[in-house]
Amino acid sequence: MYDVVVIGAGPAGLSSAIYALRAGRRVLVLEGKSYGGQIVNTPKVENYPGIKEISGFEFATNMFEQAKALGAEVQYEKCTGIERRAAGDFVISAGDHSYECRSIVLAAGAVNRKLGVKGEEELIGKGVSYCATCDGAFFRGKDVAVVGGGNTALEDALFLSNYCKTVSVIHRRDAFRGEKKKELLLREKDNVHFHLEQQVVAIAGEEHLEGVTLRNTATGEEKDLPVEGLFVAVGQMPDTQGFTSLIQVDEGGYVVAEENCHTSIPGIFAAGDCRTKNVRQLTTAVADGSVAALAACAYCEGH
Amino acid sequence: MDIVHLSKENFEAEVTQSELPVLIDFWATWCGPCQMLGPVLEEIAMEVDDVKIAKVNVDENQELAQKYGVMSIPMLALVKNGEVVDTTVGARPKADILKFMGK
Repeated sequence: MYDVVVIGAGPAGLSSAIYALRAGRRVLVLEGKSYGGQIVNTPKVENYPGIKEISGFEFATNMFEQAKALGAEVQYEKCTGIERRAAGDFVISAGDHSYECRSIVLAAGAVNRKLGVKGEEELIGKGVSYCATCDGAFFRGKDVAVVGGGNTALEDALFLSNYCKTVSVIHRRDAFRGEKKKELLLREKDNVHFHLEQQVVAIAGEEHLEGVTLRNTATGEEKDLPVEGLFVAVGQMPDTQGFTSLIQVDEGGYVVAEENCHTSIPGIFAAGDCRTKNVRQLTTAVADGSVAALAACAYCEGH
Repeated sequence: MDIVHLSKENFEAEVTQSELPVLIDFWATWCGPCQMLGPVLEEIAMEVDDVKIAKVNVDENQELAQKYGVMSIPMLALVKNGEVVDTTVGARPKADILKFMGK
């Protein structure tokens, strides 16, 4: 029986593990992909107090090794279900295994929101991307499109306009949500085209992306746009599908919990990007991690 | 088996003419997920002797990256008899990669 099972090995989860281990608890970390979470995609972290500059990968690896050195057990399995037993403890199922524990820190994080259009999933890595800074360089001299209306979409379009032949910015509303300053910078670029009040309704391509079909949200009129790259920047969603039947989540799927990280189920605590909150940063994730871990330790004390 | 670092010069001999299947990792130094994948592949290379593990630095070998249609990294390509039989993108756990390799 573990004292704490941490679901997710991003900054929130690893912080939880470190705090719970240092409190003398037996800790298992379950991770469906690889450790580090979203920060691994950030080339340079420059806003973490006490560290002037570090790559996201190095930051994540340091945390991971710190947790391991303290005695964390790690299993690369995606948690598929949580059962609460009458005694107040839990059974977690993951892959072919199940694990018993006294408490849970849910730090499942968030993933990029998909458009949900047919062909999208199949063409990931073949033209469809959710990270312009990661994949943009492969589209040098090509026609690409960015979908979204927030800051990320505008920043992605600006970044890509330096490499790509043309950048089509597709947004379903008639105005952007992102900063006006960024939009104005984009408007000055000759190779950036705007497709407002347009929605991507189809994605075409077999071996690689060949184009998208746009539908005018006002008139319903459709048009084809040939592009080799499609950068989707329509926000993020919490990776909490497996838990929504057990714990309370909000309409966006985020686990409802206040700053004390207590969820609707005693013994389950939520930390990091999967929790309802306004600011989702590295610093807030690790803060949650420590709060949730100490709350979990206190829960173990009483059970 | 040792990991082979590929370039335009040795690609033909190491991949196209390889009798063993080859798992190629397309990567770059600036890519975090690629760095996550590196040690996993090193581990697999130590354990597996019927698949050759190879790496292509996409910044130093843009032609190879282009030829293999790399649009996101890390990208793994499984090559048998000189033909790409499957590709996958993103860092993933060892068990997933072994499965991808047909283990």
